[in-house]
Amino acid sequence: MKHLAVLATLLAPVPALADIDPSNWDAVTTEAEGQTVFWNAWGGSTTTNDFIAWVGDRVAEDYGVTLEHVKLTDTADAVTRVLSEKQAGENDDGAIDMIWINGANFAAMKEADLLFGPYAEQLPNWAIVDTDGKSVQTDFTVPTEGFESPWAMAQVVFVHDTADMPDRLGSMQELLEWTQANPGRFSYPQPPDFLGTTFLKQVLVDILPDPSVLAVPATDENYDVVTASLWAYLDALTPNLWREGKAYPATGTAMFPLIADGELDLSISFSPGAASTAIANNELPPTVRTFVLDKGTIGNASFVAVPYNSGSKAAAMVVANFLMSPEAQARAQDPNILGYGTVLDMDALSDEDRALFDALDLGVATLSPAELGTVQAEPHPSWMTRIADDWMTRYGVAQ
Amino acid sequence: MTKRRFLPFLPALTLLAMLGPVAAGLWGTFLPAFGHLPAAGLTGPTLDPFRDLFDWAGLPRAMLLSISTGLLATSISLLIVMLVTAGWSGTRPFRLLERLLSPLLSVPHAAAAFGLAFLIAPSGWLARLFSPGVTGWERPPDLLIVQDSWGLTMTAGLIVKEVPFLLLITLAALGQADAQRSVTISQALGYGRVTGWLKTVFPRVYAQIRPPIYVVLAYSMSVVDVAVILGPNTPPSLSVQIVKWMSDPDLAMRLEGAAGALVQLGLVIGALVFWRLCEVVVGRLGQRWIASGARGRFDPLVAELALLAGAASALAVLLGMVVLTIWSFAGFWGFPDALPDQLTWRNWMRFGPGTLEALAETALIAITVALAALVLTIGCLEAEYRYGLSFSARAVWLLYLPLLVPQTAFLPGLQTLMLNIGADEGRFPVMLAHLVFVLPYVFLSLADPFRAWDTRMGTIAAALRASPNGVLWRVRLPMLLRPILTALAVGLAVSVGQYLATLLIGGGRVATLTTEAVALASGGDRRAIGVYGLMQTGAALVPFALALLVPAIVWRNRKGLRDG
Repeated sequence: MKHLAVLATLLAPVPALADIDPSNWDAVTTEAEGQTVFWNAWGGSTTTNDFIAWVGDRVAEDYGVTLEHVKLTDTADAVTRVLSEKQAGENDDGAIDMIWINGANFAAMKEADLLFGPYAEQLPNWAIVDTDGKSVQTDFTVPTEGFESPWAMAQVVFVHDTADMPDRLGSMQELLEWTQANPGRFSYPQPPDFLGTTFLKQVLVDILPDPSVLAVPATDENYDVVTASLWAYLDALTPNLWREGKAYPATGTAMFPLIADGELDLSISFSPGAASTAIANNELPPTVRTFVLDKGTIGNASFVAVPYNSGSKAAAMVVANFLMSPEAQARAQDPNILGYGTVLDMDALSDEDRALFDALDLGVATLSPAELGTVQAEPHPSWMTRIADDWMTRYGVAQ
Repeated sequence: MTKRRFLPFLPALTLLAMLGPVAAGLWGTFLPAFGHLPAAGLTGPTLDPFRDLFDWAGLPRAMLLSISTGLLATSISLLIVMLVTAGWSGTRPFRLLERLLSPLLSVPHAAAAFGLAFLIAPSGWLARLFSPGVTGWERPPDLLIVQDSWGLTMTAGLIVKEVPFLLLITLAALGQADAQRSVTISQALGYGRVTGWLKTVFPRVYAQIRPPIYVVLAYSMSVVDVAVILGPNTPPSLSVQIVKWMSDPDLAMRLEGAAGALVQLGLVIGALVFWRLCEVVVGRLGQRWIASGARGRFDPLVAELALLAGAASALAVLLGMVVLTIWSFAGFWGFPDALPDQLTWRNWMRFGPGTLEALAETALIAITVALAALVLTIGCLEAEYRYGLSFSARAVWLLYLPLLVPQTAFLPGLQTLMLNIGADEGRFPVMLAHLVFVLPYVFLSLADPFRAWDTRMGTIAAALRASPNGVLWRVRLPMLLRPILTALAVGLAVSVGQYLATLLIGGGRVATLTTEAVALASGGDRRAIGVYGLMQTGAALVPFALALLVPAIVWRNRKGLRDG
């Protein structure tokens, strides 16, 4: 037995060897006190920034952890940084302690051994996470294996101003027809923005007769065949986009003021509650509502991951665990704060904690979990990378 | 080490602080452009990065954008400033315009660009003011104004900021050009105001303001923050694309970015050469024009148009600030309402604390850098005075050199170089990078008043047994309080406005008002942008107000010193 244990230690992933043991939670919280966590998270949304600031206040209060939000315009920046640090030999105290991450960035970091872990499933709050009903253990078809912990659920919804566009649309084909009748009233963020590429994937998932081909990696053989219909669709859509597709909003939140001004009637969002939140913040008119397609829409989880060279791994785990707490999750779901979906299993919560969620008024524009319907799986990340590159060549350098 | 022995080395140290990072950065760009990036396990030399660059379908357009915005912004702002000065200098409208434009100089580029965008976008304030009454628009028209494919809005954003800069530079040059007598004589000979000025004063003024014009050209070609806010994205201008490549998760893209940076450098050098050739051509044509003896029939019309253009450029920034202010207090504000439904403190309560944190970081960096620049500058000037060193006209170009090398050519290289040697990014390297841009402006701002100081005061003080240091500390510096504070304010404003240097060298860890404001551009939250834009402007403007106020209070009983 003893030899086995030694062997197991030797075989464990090298970065984890010298690190703190996530399952010894008391040791983690003790070591975390006084540490500073540089959380690299997309900083384009002021509501998210406010939420992160609140998390910082709370972990400082409860655990003596200082949280610094490094506001990114693109999560890929953080990936680059860790990669560069590894190549420069900075293995002990890198600039980044935690990253808001998912999809291709996670796949890239996991593949390159840039992440600390596994840690997620050892965190105390993992016990109340809904591992059956929500896709928290795979990230764009890639198994997370405990190298990132979930903190929010997202699903594509379409945001429309009922004052100008009273009826919902049932499919991407109907959306195309609607733009032909209403040119200049729809747009999507410019890929490689994640919401922009999500729109492209949503098109593909909806118009393909059998979207399951997207679950396997894209190859030179299947790529052209599968995406041909996407490019035909976009060629038909682009002339009727806002500004005829010569300019695109930079991000999802940049489309809200355009709806508020009446430039757009329809846009998409990856957060079912964001429209209600924006109404509460005066950023959208109260006539805005959301809808999903008949066949459902793409959904995924947002995660946090800890780079292998973080100097504050214990504190980062404390923050990751706090993000999964009922207190933080209920606050994130409050449409007046963030309006993000929770990752928790309501049945696993105590009555007291569940009451936090029951007390929430999800807001006028937010669909109930039942109305949100089927959550369609994200395609394998290889599709997104290729499609985004091709989109850039076809539409990103307009002639 | 005593001051006396240290002083002679200050000019060399100053040059090193200014040119060292530029040279190191260019070296750091040059290596990866030819495939050498040890941090990524790549060794050159190879031409692959250039091959990849030329394969990018957006390159021709991105290069064209860089050239067209640079040349257009420089020539139009120069034209406006020259014609306004020619037609109106010495008159009341001119003094009014001058007073309007001087504070605008310190408005950071990013804030001015946001203001302009909020003003002229299809859903902007102008459209709101005239809708639906005049225009009949119930909804904003689907017009590509901001982020237009030709970069015209971006060019306009640069012009409104370069006009005040060139005007102040021109005013300084006018004093030494003996303008008034030339104009009087030419008018006596029957020349119109504008024609007379252009034929007699312009050649002398232009010779003096040539370096700053080149700076404007190089800057306009490679600007990043204004381009992010107002420029096109399909494709973006070359500099914006370089920054995108430098932050791609695929390290190999850094090679392409470095190759792009060298192309950007080549473009700027090419444009400067082209501009120099144009000077020769314009000079020849001008001589012919002078010889033709034309007295200027259309002078009054030209002068009116120029004043209109100058006033429009000043108003664009001022109204931009007003609309930023309104947005920062706005509740719901739908189109086409001229004003929001209600005004509220809510936005300031929400974003205020964040701006204060960023303000503290901004102030710490700006004050340290501006003070360092001031000490180096005074040291250089004092060394020049005590040891009789003299700066030749050629040496003045050294001051402009860091401003002529495009930021996107050497800052990414500096970042890569720091990575290779394992230096930590953070506040201190950011300060060093800021110093490169702050030093030339502080030096240029203080040099003339410092040299113009009446040295007989020093002689008298020395006769009263004051040591050279005593003369400096107790006579010269107090007397120069106002120009010193002005130079300090210039340095602070330049540091506050730095975007790329803070972003790249700070590795994203150093959050100043400028980086935070530009980061908000992608989110499009106009209330947050309003709050951050105003704070950023305030951070740059308040020091100027203090630079006027403090000498007036300190020297309230010294009439001769009050005006510097």
